[in-house]
Amino acid sequence: MSSKLNFMGANLVALSKKARKFTLLFLIILSLLSMFLFGCQKKPNKLILATTTSTMDTGLLDVLLPIFEEKYGIEVKPIAVGTGEAIALGKKGEADVLLVHSPEAENEFVKAGYGVNRKAVMHNDFVMIGPIADPARISGLSANEAFEKIAQVQSNFITRGDDSGTHKKELKLWQVAGIEPKGDWYIESGQGMAETIRIASEKQAYILTDRGTYLALKDSIDLIILVEKDKSLFNPYGVIAVNPAKFSNINYQEAMRFIEFITSKEAQTIIQNFGKEKYGEPLFFPDAP
Amino acid sequence: MSLIWEGIKEAVKLLLSGDQEVLQIALLSIKVSACAVFISMLLGVPLGIFLALTDFFGKRVFIALVNTGMGLPPVVAGLFISLLLWRNAPLGFLNLLYTPSAMVIAQVLIAAPIVAGLTLAAIQQLNPKLRLQALSLGASRWQTIIALLKEAQLPTLAAAMAGFGGVISEVGAVMMVGGNIRGETRVLTTAIVTETRIGHFNIAIALSVILLALTFGINLVLTHIQQKGVNLWTRTWR
Repeated sequence: MSSKLNFMGANLVALSKKARKFTLLFLIILSLLSMFLFGCQKKPNKLILATTTSTMDTGLLDVLLPIFEEKYGIEVKPIAVGTGEAIALGKKGEADVLLVHSPEAENEFVKAGYGVNRKAVMHNDFVMIGPIADPARISGLSANEAFEKIAQVQSNFITRGDDSGTHKKELKLWQVAGIEPKGDWYIESGQGMAETIRIASEKQAYILTDRGTYLALKDSIDLIILVEKDKSLFNPYGVIAVNPAKFSNINYQEAMRFIEFITSKEAQTIIQNFGKEKYGEPLFFPDAP
Repeated sequence: MSLIWEGIKEAVKLLLSGDQEVLQIALLSIKVSACAVFISMLLGVPLGIFLALTDFFGKRVFIALVNTGMGLPPVVAGLFISLLLWRNAPLGFLNLLYTPSAMVIAQVLIAAPIVAGLTLAAIQQLNPKLRLQALSLGASRWQTIIALLKEAQLPTLAAAMAGFGGVISEVGAVMMVGGNIRGETRVLTTAIVTETRIGHFNIAIALSVILLALTFGINLVLTHIQQKGVNLWTRTWR
């Protein structure tokens, strides 16, 4: 019995010792961990490009970025999110350069002092796509009439609802048509362009999309273009550097190199020819002089 | 159905042709998840042992926390690590966001509680007399722990398997902290998402088949080691 008490006593003393040992062990592991992490890390400060999903999903960035990286020796991390999120990243200083498509939001961003050196890069256009049966009979109408018709008939319409450039454009079009979209027929996906088109195809619903993403997906979906070539469907893309005066850790020089590159003759020619071979028509039209 | 068959054929073709990109994506998946499980073992096994062998105030709450961590949704882990790794966040100076290291950290957050929880359960299942026996035979504190671990080695291995299975199949966290950057942080799961999104179903199915084959292969090896020990059961049953 006494030996057991003794043992218990030793146990208690050992406990604090053990706690110390564990702390030590923990610190060793932590330092090992951080060493490992630094070993994994290659070069810090890569250029973070926050961009819309369409530039990624169409494959344009896969063509442009390697050429830029090769030429300037700057590694780019493209983060494909919606325009809304890209601009939010810029406002937090979490991105160095933005390639987005929402002129109003872009101007606001620059005006508020978050961005500098905005340049027009290229444009394409939005199209209204929908089921071949076209239940709301919008084929060939103007965008405004088409939106009115869809709301009237209450045909399924899918919205991205993610504050992206396309979503902003769509809201603008509803506003112009004087309609507040609401109801069972107005479905919010909360996802990128390509996923949302896929949902629209499954649900046989109408949707507003940029032409590039539609063309890239055309073969694997059951939707056709119903409304196009309307002045209100113009879709310009701009590039903006995040203002280094707002955040000290912005890769401003690299961002300016990127803007210089994407507006250069070389990049603009690539943009002009991109997709011609695969889709029979260009996906984007260069805008930089 | 034909789509799945096409996908399997595509997978075989991709593997046989030694497609550089697919190989690189698969390798990165293994590397990141293996690193994460390794670190999780380093953190989780000692934590599990500590929880099993000591009493302290609030231990039950802590164990409940670990158990909750075992079911931590990957996106929550991803969001949490993102919040720490943003440039203007506490650990932003490390420049780790959108790197494989960030993915490893997020996966450690997912796997470490699994390893700790299962280790704790493994040690607690042992007969408590084992500890007394080891001590009475003159074993030091560390020798006792090693003896207990030896007894619980198979369940601990199962902990590693569960951790690995949890992280290699996880998409939310690696997508968030890795950014799914082609050639850098794109792993099998995020590649499957991307390929499905843009309608390359064949490649998506092929990548899924590769992911399945990979996890199956690794689990087969681990199960083999694990089952070696339990043959005794079938032998003594008859």
